[in-house]
Amino acid sequence: MSANIDHLKEEHHQPSGLMRWITTTNHKDIGSLYLWFSLLMFFVGGLMALIIRAELFQPGLQFVVPGFFNQMTTMHALIMIFGAVMPAFVGLANWQLPMMIGAPDMALPRLNNWSFWILPFAFTMLLSTLFFESGGPAAGWTLYPPLSLQGGNSMPFVIFSLHLLGASSILGAINVIATILNMRAPGMTLMKMPIFVWTWLITAFLLIASMPVLAGAITMLLTDRFYGTSFFTAAGGGDPVLFQHIFWFFGHPEVYILILPAFGIVSTIIPAFSRKKLFGYDSMVYATASIALLSFIVWAHHMFTVGMPLAGEIFFMFTTMLIAVPTGVKVFNWVATMWKGSMTFETPMLFALAFIILFTIGGFSGLMLAITPADFQYHDTYFVVAHFHYVLVPGAVFAIIAAVYYWLPKWTGKMYNETLGKVHFWMTTIFVNITFFPMHFVGLAGMPRRIPDYAVQFTDFNMIASVGAFGFGLSQLLFVYILFLTLKQPVTAEDKSWEGAEGLEWTLPSPAPYHSFDTPPKVE
Amino acid sequence: MKRLSVFLVTMLASLTTMADWEVNMPRGVTPTANAAYDLHMLIFYITVVIGIVVFGVMFYSIFHHRKSKGAKPASFHESTTVEIIWTVIPFVILVGMAIPATKTLIMMEDTRNSEITLKVTGYQWMWKYDYVEDDVAFFSKLDSDSNEARQLGSKKDVNKVDNYLLNVDNEVVLPTDTKIRILLTASDVIHAWWVPELTGKKDAIPGYVNELWIDIKKPGVYRGQCTELCGKDHGFMPIVVRAVPKQEYTKWVSLNQKNRVADKSK
Repeated sequence: MSANIDHLKEEHHQPSGLMRWITTTNHKDIGSLYLWFSLLMFFVGGLMALIIRAELFQPGLQFVVPGFFNQMTTMHALIMIFGAVMPAFVGLANWQLPMMIGAPDMALPRLNNWSFWILPFAFTMLLSTLFFESGGPAAGWTLYPPLSLQGGNSMPFVIFSLHLLGASSILGAINVIATILNMRAPGMTLMKMPIFVWTWLITAFLLIASMPVLAGAITMLLTDRFYGTSFFTAAGGGDPVLFQHIFWFFGHPEVYILILPAFGIVSTIIPAFSRKKLFGYDSMVYATASIALLSFIVWAHHMFTVGMPLAGEIFFMFTTMLIAVPTGVKVFNWVATMWKGSMTFETPMLFALAFIILFTIGGFSGLMLAITPADFQYHDTYFVVAHFHYVLVPGAVFAIIAAVYYWLPKWTGKMYNETLGKVHFWMTTIFVNITFFPMHFVGLAGMPRRIPDYAVQFTDFNMIASVGAFGFGLSQLLFVYILFLTLKQPVTAEDKSWEGAEGLEWTLPSPAPYHSFDTPPKVE
Repeated sequence: MKRLSVFLVTMLASLTTMADWEVNMPRGVTPTANAAYDLHMLIFYITVVIGIVVFGVMFYSIFHHRKSKGAKPASFHESTTVEIIWTVIPFVILVGMAIPATKTLIMMEDTRNSEITLKVTGYQWMWKYDYVEDDVAFFSKLDSDSNEARQLGSKKDVNKVDNYLLNVDNEVVLPTDTKIRILLTASDVIHAWWVPELTGKKDAIPGYVNELWIDIKKPGVYRGQCTELCGKDHGFMPIVVRAVPKQEYTKWVSLNQKNRVADKSK
């Protein structure tokens, strides 16, 4: 057997240069591609956010016309969701899953290559629409008809790129499931899997179940626009609200696709730096699964104001409130993990702790939004913008940053500069709050979202938010600088970079070998 | 550089002259808006208490159970009892929230026994109002002062415009102490009609007729905006409702029935 493997290694002729990256089927290479691509998209989407915040710095229009402003809000969301957060999680899955379950690689390496290389093409097409004469998509990332049907020539391009992104996600999800279910080391039963593996397994099922629904919805938009159907146009006997139901049947699971892997990361980092086992492993798994199941029966809380029947409004209010239970269990478990631990506060831990606090604040506003009669006031205001940015930026994005700091020594064999990491943490955390906390206030005071200009009483908090946004953007340049410094160093990191870290990946040398585990480790 | 200095000056000016640090939802002037406000505050206070408890425990742990203070890690990692307790308690709290929320919701959706009906139709980018019983109808759009000031590169100072972006050419006039049913629809894309002090919003959707009801308890002028993205001028189709005593309203109706001809053709 081992002779066989040695033979394989000899046969492994690797192309160099660009072809190495284009043809690679290695989970680490592909993981890196995903992560670098995600970082790039994070800055592209961030630049759009800064255009938005520059325009909203004061009332009156200073920089852009309303039509372009709408293109920016639409593209910012699409880029951040499909280009930054999702690929980052897939990148982390690629790097970590094989190492965590004791496998040599992902189960379907060629598929893996393909699911990554779809992305650059899809985003090139998506971004190219900004240079069309009629501009990019401007109907919001939710693409509600009839407005989205009025759009210019960008529409079919946007839909095609969304199809590609969906295909990429589904392929990635199939690969994750195939890997986790087939390639675990002997002895690693499902309930012994690292929690990050569990959250990704559940996320993968959510992807497979929800992405085709999005594909269906946008295909119907396409045929409405070009082939004379009237799925969503009232004049032809169609129903504009139907689109919203289908979209959010995808959209709500999508929300959890963006956060469940983050839960997994935080559940890995908190025990490591508390030097204590994760509290309530089983209930963490069950809570994750319940959140995933509930995500399919809460979709209409995104559209409480469309005029649903009373019974519908009550049903979706109750199911939405129920999500607070498993989410609460998770937060309590994290706190219980820290309780009577022996904590240290390196950069990944700081980001994980900030995640717990700030994500919980986003959870609280989520609970408020679940209350239908109150939601009639909050809906489509900056309160909602504040809510979802709290769960996505200090939520998902913080978890991704924490994961990068945590596993960077394993990936590269090089330790980042701890002082700079902490500076990055504090700047990011302070600015993220300066940016998004005031949005709660203007939202409650009555400022609608997706407007390029506002009444003068909203000026002060908008100025503060804009200052925060630029600060946040600049802080992320420090992150790039830290990565650059780290990569320039010689290899010095120990195999087990963190005293309290647990898991098979820490039994490998740092940097981890190209084919993680040639022989499967034994899990007792 | 010049732009920057203009920014700084406006920022300072706005901080001193028109500081309006409103951080909360306004209290309403209708039973429905007030009920929403009360629910909002109730849930807010509950989450504040939960937050204090959870973050309190967390920060206690962060300060006391740290390695630098010589803390040794305990070895416990599960407790079925504790886990059941913190599943059940949140559930009970949720039931406590759900009861008043459901009551309020049922009250809000009960549009029966209304005295007058106002039909609101959303257009890109203005509103049309039809007083169904009284045969009054007109369009209402952003007033010309705001409209000039909002243009890119406009020299007009928005801070000097009366109710910038929240002023219209034709106000909606409604009687106080009357149960008013509002019917909502749209002619092109989806809009949403929202005046925070009067009621929560509801979408105006082509092919649909949605319902709302309000009963204004206090005369005054109430302002709101479209709250569903409806195209490039989504931010520029405000709503202004002037609530007047019933007598005055009757007078207004009779005046406007005579003058309605110009708009009727539309």
